[in-house]
Amino acid sequence: MLETIWFLLWGILWAIYFVLDGFDLGLGTLMPFLAKNEQDKRFIYNAMGPFWDGNEVWLITAGGVTFAAFPKTYAVMFSGLYTALMLLLIALIIRGISFEFRSKVESPGWKKIWDTCMFIGSFLPALLLGVAFANIFKGIPIDANGVFQGNILTLLNPYGLLGGILFVLLFLEHGALWLAFRTTGDLQLRSGATAAKIWPIKVIVLLIFLVYSAISTQLFANYLANPILFILLALPIIGIFLSRIYTGTQQWLKAWIASALTIFGTAMFGVIGIYPALLPSSINPAYSMTIYNSSSSTLTLKIMLGVALIFVPLVIGYQFWVYKKFSHPLTPKDLEYEEAY
Amino acid sequence: MDVVLLSRLQFAMATMFHFIFVPLTLGLSVLVAIMETIYVKTGDDTYKKMAKFWGKLFLINFALGIVTGITLEFQFGTNWSKYSEYVGDIFGSLLAIEATAAFFLESTFIAVWVFGWEKLSPKLHLLSIWLVAIASSVSAVWILIANAFMQHPVGYVMRNGRAELANFLDVVFHKFAWLEIIHTLSAAYILAGFFVLGISAYHLLKNNNVDFFKKSFAIAATFAFIFSCVEIIEGHYHGSEIAETQPAKLAAMESLWETGTNVPMNLLILPDEKNEKNSIEAFPIPGLLSFLAHHSFSAKVQGLKDFPKDERPPVALTFFSFRIMVGLGFLFLFLSFWAWKNRFNPLKSKRLLKFLIWAIPLPYIAIELGWVVAEVGRQPWIVYGLMKTSDAVSPINTGQVWFSFIALTLLYSFLGTVDIYLLAKYARKGPDA
Repeated sequence: MLETIWFLLWGILWAIYFVLDGFDLGLGTLMPFLAKNEQDKRFIYNAMGPFWDGNEVWLITAGGVTFAAFPKTYAVMFSGLYTALMLLLIALIIRGISFEFRSKVESPGWKKIWDTCMFIGSFLPALLLGVAFANIFKGIPIDANGVFQGNILTLLNPYGLLGGILFVLLFLEHGALWLAFRTTGDLQLRSGATAAKIWPIKVIVLLIFLVYSAISTQLFANYLANPILFILLALPIIGIFLSRIYTGTQQWLKAWIASALTIFGTAMFGVIGIYPALLPSSINPAYSMTIYNSSSSTLTLKIMLGVALIFVPLVIGYQFWVYKKFSHPLTPKDLEYEEAY
Repeated sequence: MDVVLLSRLQFAMATMFHFIFVPLTLGLSVLVAIMETIYVKTGDDTYKKMAKFWGKLFLINFALGIVTGITLEFQFGTNWSKYSEYVGDIFGSLLAIEATAAFFLESTFIAVWVFGWEKLSPKLHLLSIWLVAIASSVSAVWILIANAFMQHPVGYVMRNGRAELANFLDVVFHKFAWLEIIHTLSAAYILAGFFVLGISAYHLLKNNNVDFFKKSFAIAATFAFIFSCVEIIEGHYHGSEIAETQPAKLAAMESLWETGTNVPMNLLILPDEKNEKNSIEAFPIPGLLSFLAHHSFSAKVQGLKDFPKDERPPVALTFFSFRIMVGLGFLFLFLSFWAWKNRFNPLKSKRLLKFLIWAIPLPYIAIELGWVVAEVGRQPWIVYGLMKTSDAVSPINTGQVWFSFIALTLLYSFLGTVDIYLLAKYARKGPDA
């Protein structure tokens, strides 16, 4: 029971991370295509400004909780996905640093360096996280000793790549909607139009991904065994329709929340699909890392649950306050603020 | 090179680089919070300017500390998966608590502070920097509790082939952990104090913004002096705790080969590891080592030869790191006392101001050497007495580790250079730029 609660919490933490950092990663990827001039770029940086750092901590917490609640899964997953994780790490480092460094020297060449870092550091994590999670949904080749039998190319199979493309598309639309919500005028029009253009591609890729999952993974087994779980699919489906409707009526915040629902629902759909495994083995299901063979002791799970029940709502509370306080539509006056990025 | 050595080098590089930025974050956040508190209490605009100027340097430094921290959390899994499996039940939960209880607070409210100067009331804005300062230090507390478990494991039972949590409070409130916490936080506060003192001295010598830098100087001098005193006193108790819990480390720190009673402290030593002796031993102070380690001049102190050869840490590295760190600690006490005496009139001694500029890098050196003593001195154990470092490594191939080691080293060198350039640039500009 305790293990199952932690499994759900584990999935929810990853899903929250995708929702929150997803729009940052999407916006960073879109920047070279959306920004026509320096002012546009600064709007994009400042649209993420007060939030990206707090958002990224959800990744650290999701990683930390994997370590704390399922140490063996953490050990097998992180050593198995070694090169992918190192690339993710390097990408996130250069992205984070771009925010702080870019505005510190007034030179176009200097800014170009950090804009490039921002793009690579946003696109690569979006892609890698998608590839990694699609491979986890499908199962990765881990042997009886929990040793990964493959290399980074093993992860770049068609299903994995499709997962990567799906994540990128989800995040791109998510980012475009956020920018539309936080800007006015021409940039808002363009980012809204971009979101509208991405929407149908996203829906098609999502459908292909579902069909592909049904054919080549065990992701639907839990759902077929307990059809009531199919209710979970309502989240992404409602999200998909609402984001289209609100994009049409230009209610950007509502469209963004709908897109958040889609991302959250899609991630949770996959997570519930692999239960009780956290890391299914594609060599032999008996080698999978599950909540039974990889979890921490009952005492640790109990203490950690206490910590999570106190602090996670608190974190959500103060982060919500920060979002409310700082997410007004940006104006050129905001860029004059001396601490702005 | 094998995976163990490469992974150790990578971990050492990533940790030492990360710890160039963390101590300044820990200390400067407190100093900025103090400055802003004075501003909110007195309404004196100089202190607002101070919070902003030192805050800007704080932020340039903060960013790199944050992003390089993720590397460390990842590396336990990527490179040390056997270790992670073995102690994750305890160690993993401490890291997770750090993220949920402290790191979120720090990362969220730093943005509130940066973007909130015009949006929040002065009191609420002040609260945000205090939350950042407190959360940073609380963050360090959890990480150091986790490290203390590697140094001196307590509160666990061996079950299911791994160390499982038996008593959470024992882990959290162990004396070793709290000595380590006081030691590391004080070091960070000293470092930040000397950072502010050094930059203030630079501007005072140039007659820039004299009032502004005099006030900064006074705050930093008091701060650095207080924590230099704390550090020396704590250092003594820290040493005797190590004598109790990690006798092999203590023997390496002192390069003591033979077990004995009434052991003297030699002021000059040159270790000769190959021949298991010291090639130079001079200026002994009788009984001092026995006294420092066990509070009695006649106490017995274990020498390195008491331990099997494969359970001794590298002696020369541990010894020299320790000696230099302690020497620097006393230098900081002396310099900060001098600065504190001159705090209302720092221009009284130009010589001191010149010293202080050159002293900026010294706490960085001391703090890195401190980690060398702690971590190299613990070898060959990754968890003292429980698991050897060579048994802790992941089943990965050397090619992968070569790739990440080279990539991270290049990236870090580049970022470190840029960061120091930016810090120097903005520090030179002064508050009116």
